[in-house]
Amino acid sequence: MPYGPHTPADRERMLTALGLDSVDELFADIPADLRATALDLPPPEPELELSARLRELAGRNRADLVSFLGAGVYRHWTPPAVDQLLLRGEWYTAYTPYQPEVSQGTLQSIYEYESLIAELVDLDVVSASHYDGAAATAEAALMACRATRRDRVLVSRGVHPQYRETLQTYMHGLELEEIPRVADGDAAGTTDLETLERMLADTDRPVAGVIAANPDFLGLLEPMPRIGELAHAAGALFVAVVEPVSLAVLTPPGTYGADIAAGEGQPLGIAPQYGGPYLGILASTDALVRQIPGRLVGMTSDLDGKRAFVMTLRAREQDIRRDKAASNICTNQALLALAASIYLATIGPHGLRDVAATGAARAAELESALAAIGVERIHRGPYLNEFAVRVPEARTVHRRLIERGFLAGLVLADAEPDEPTVADGLLLATTELTTPGDIARFVAAVQEVLSGRPPVGVETGAGVEEPTGAVGAAR
Amino acid sequence: MSAPTDLRYTRDHEWVRVDGEQATVGITQYAADQLGDIVFVELPDAGRDLEASKPFGVVESVKAVSDLYAPLTGSVTETNERLSANPELVNSDPYGDGWMIRIRVADLADTEDLLDGPAYDDLVAAG
Amino acid sequence: MSVTGEKLQPTLFERSRPGRGGGKIPHPPKDALDRLPADARRATPPALPEMNEPDVVRHYVNLSQLNHAVDTGFYPLGSCTMKFNPKLNEWAARLPGFAELHPMAPDEVAQGTLQLLWELEAALAEISGMHAVTLQPAAGAQGELTGILMIRAYHRERGDTERDEVLVPDSSHGTNPATASMAGFKTITIPSAADGGVDLDAFKAALGPRSAAVMITNPSTLGLFEARIGELLDAVHEAGALAYMDGANLNAILGRFKPGQAGFDVMHFNVHKTFSTPHGGGGPGAGPVGVGERLLPYLPTPRVLRLDDGTFRLERVGERPTSIGRLRSFVGNTGVLVRAYAYIRAHGGSGLREVSDDAVLAANYLKSRLADTFDLPYDRPCKHEFVASAASIKARTGVRTLDIAKRLIDFGFHPPTIYFPLIVDEGMLIEPTETESIETLDAFADALADIAAEADRDAHHVKAAPHTAPVKRLDEATAARQPNLRWRPMAGAEMPCPD
Repeated sequence: MPYGPHTPADRERMLTALGLDSVDELFADIPADLRATALDLPPPEPELELSARLRELAGRNRADLVSFLGAGVYRHWTPPAVDQLLLRGEWYTAYTPYQPEVSQGTLQSIYEYESLIAELVDLDVVSASHYDGAAATAEAALMACRATRRDRVLVSRGVHPQYRETLQTYMHGLELEEIPRVADGDAAGTTDLETLERMLADTDRPVAGVIAANPDFLGLLEPMPRIGELAHAAGALFVAVVEPVSLAVLTPPGTYGADIAAGEGQPLGIAPQYGGPYLGILASTDALVRQIPGRLVGMTSDLDGKRAFVMTLRAREQDIRRDKAASNICTNQALLALAASIYLATIGPHGLRDVAATGAARAAELESALAAIGVERIHRGPYLNEFAVRVPEARTVHRRLIERGFLAGLVLADAEPDEPTVADGLLLATTELTTPGDIARFVAAVQEVLSGRPPVGVETGAGVEEPTGAVGAAR
Repeated sequence: MSAPTDLRYTRDHEWVRVDGEQATVGITQYAADQLGDIVFVELPDAGRDLEASKPFGVVESVKAVSDLYAPLTGSVTETNERLSANPELVNSDPYGDGWMIRIRVADLADTEDLLDGPAYDDLVAAG
Repeated sequence: MSVTGEKLQPTLFERSRPGRGGGKIPHPPKDALDRLPADARRATPPALPEMNEPDVVRHYVNLSQLNHAVDTGFYPLGSCTMKFNPKLNEWAARLPGFAELHPMAPDEVAQGTLQLLWELEAALAEISGMHAVTLQPAAGAQGELTGILMIRAYHRERGDTERDEVLVPDSSHGTNPATASMAGFKTITIPSAADGGVDLDAFKAALGPRSAAVMITNPSTLGLFEARIGELLDAVHEAGALAYMDGANLNAILGRFKPGQAGFDVMHFNVHKTFSTPHGGGGPGAGPVGVGERLLPYLPTPRVLRLDDGTFRLERVGERPTSIGRLRSFVGNTGVLVRAYAYIRAHGGSGLREVSDDAVLAANYLKSRLADTFDLPYDRPCKHEFVASAASIKARTGVRTLDIAKRLIDFGFHPPTIYFPLIVDEGMLIEPTETESIETLDAFADALADIAAEADRDAHHVKAAPHTAPVKRLDEATAARQPNLRWRPMAGAEMPCPD
């Protein structure tokens, strides 16, 4: 075993102390007919060979593409200080701070995380973190049901489709309905307020919460204050799904009256990692403090009066309340909350604003460069750093652009097959990592592909119909 | 320490002081001690109807939580507002300032089903 | 001693000085945001701290030194499996090919990760004897929810809608009943038998047409293998219910017991326990779930599929309508799963069995070393962890398990899990793991013996512990009665920062 300390002599000493001949005797209580067959796994691999295997696998991924893909996960410049600090064993090899006297580092860092996010979202209570934006949104919906003692939740179709799928899973037994998007006009693509009003007017089925995202999945800015007013007028809570970097420049949920904010904290210094681990942000007003699930850390003092930090309001949690707990959540995403805190501390308030504003500036450049070659946005409303464009045969174009070294955002038909209005859409995002040169080369490549020219020095493959075909070349 | 003899008790460690049709309800010293530092008490609003033996609220300490059970059927006439800011009153004065709710009792005969002080002491002693 | 000295830090907010920091990001054009409607823009910027990088680094390095961690010392926190986290795995997860890959990137650019995930699923299926595995759940608790929702779907599809009860033993993790409630089930708690095992008769009596599932941790949270598990599983299936195994303690039985083979229908893995992915100060974890054939149709989406040509792809939206759906965004906590994959590869089949053998041997050895000092309520071989009780010490000296735990801090050890499982009076759950040397085990046993002797001699000193930690015991009552959950300048002024 590669990491074990025991020599044969050590094992012998322990067995002797126990009066045993073999460790097998310690497993004698497993009934004979239930004992396992041998593990049919490859033999142990020395680190040298294993590292080569891992490097080879990582090398088969194409992380080299110039990317315009966002859709809820955004690449940002992360100061190396973030990861170097995370790699201190005192952080990542500790566990939940059950013993506060030897966990003040983790506890203070969580308190600081709660405070930093509270500033960003302009709300009072921030949980120590949830699994990801989708799970946090689902917890927000359940929270709204508990707080209002109602069981019907309305979610805008502007909320990320995977978040809506997650809500569906978590809300079994409760009612979840989707608020459609406006079909056309200036507000096309955003939450349809008239329909929302009608849905809320059904007083036989009172609504617990209304969920909307800003920016929404298509990158559009939503009429959040108005959605909040409508929700409150019907006695429902308003849940805002937010992207934290955008909150450096966009009105925060607390300011426009949201009761709960949920969102994906990944953009705060966390690598995309093909899906996680990420950081589920969940925050609420003070009034909902006893309904919020997950860990909370508070400031207190020790017996000598020294300031200290401790997990608090613990009686909401599963290990104490068991079947009556607010949620079954046990761990949080402490290390990712730490990453986000270090990122925010390092980059600072002005830096964060620059990150958000640069992404927005690049997006505007991209929009006009694409418009110049005839590729237009699908919607008219304002956006921050992400927007959808209409491209004939979007899936094929997307594929051809990969051959040219570009990840042309998201094929919307794959993500939302049930949304005809974006059927031939590509969702494109920019961040501060997008350079003007990237934009120029990308737009040139798009033009090339649309005009049917092959890329320089590359044979176009067949099989452009299906996105999962010819990948043998990558192996 | 024996339980006051002028009160009636449930097997779930609530006490009741009956005064005409009105009954005041709290939790016993023993229950408060078992829970430790009480940090939060969740009580029903006035006007709510309670059913005997059914939960009517929750009491939380730092590391434990317990449901509160209605000793008698009736409707809530008043809750102890002071407990929201000062839940520690339940620890320091469980039979006095730490009272929780007052109810209008539906049927006073039901009080006969409750334990008296010595019977409650026996219950506690039996563990 | 691992945590000593005055390292307490002011908060980030107290360190902030207007004008500090910057220089990380080029400034955007001044008019970058002019195209946004005025009412969508934030009026006042968030009051985040302004710091220069050296101060940030000192802040977090100093704070880190207030933590006890596996990398600083023995951490025998029962049920949590605080074993060594291999450094190779940290390196691997950070390889740009893994770390920079976007979760919505097309399958063709994600072949390396997809292959790794597919191989990991296969390895976990082999280890557990299950038919298939989903890697999607983000943590053990979410894995439990996944499993219970699949069980719910299974019963519903069979028209068996009356089954609304989930049975758990009273020694279970709190997540089990909490999960059952979240999935809309009623929890029936079954008291344990006197020997710490499941009470088979009580289970049989409670099982019936309303039983949807039984959730069992095996080895149990007392560190004991459920010797009557075969009979229990038969009874569960006879009643038409399904058997869920909480895999929190799988690290004790690798290569010895395969839950799927034995008849469990579904289980979750805690990769941060069994496969040594870092605990991270309380997450991230990952909670893959293995299922037998009956639950296969209900696995969450998307699954990782291997095609005939040897390439891999994710299931597409709506491809498998029987699925319970998704539990979170994207495929799973891939960064954590890369580490678990590396751990399994490094050990191979033989090494994994040795992991359990050594963990169990170490636990039994340590238990035998404590026999003279503590009550050991269950007098039979344990698996990877065991419960010791300070009930006799408390009766004799007034010193409680909590006090002993706090005193261990002064000896440089992290306390064990205390007062869990709930069914043992003054219990401490001790899990040494397979990566601690015999010298460490001996030193820990000696420290506990010293503390027990000290309790007789000077109980007050034990009760006032810890004496050398950065802070004394905390006022948890005030923290809960008047919660201060975020920094506000006023709150800080009332309680001045340490300098």
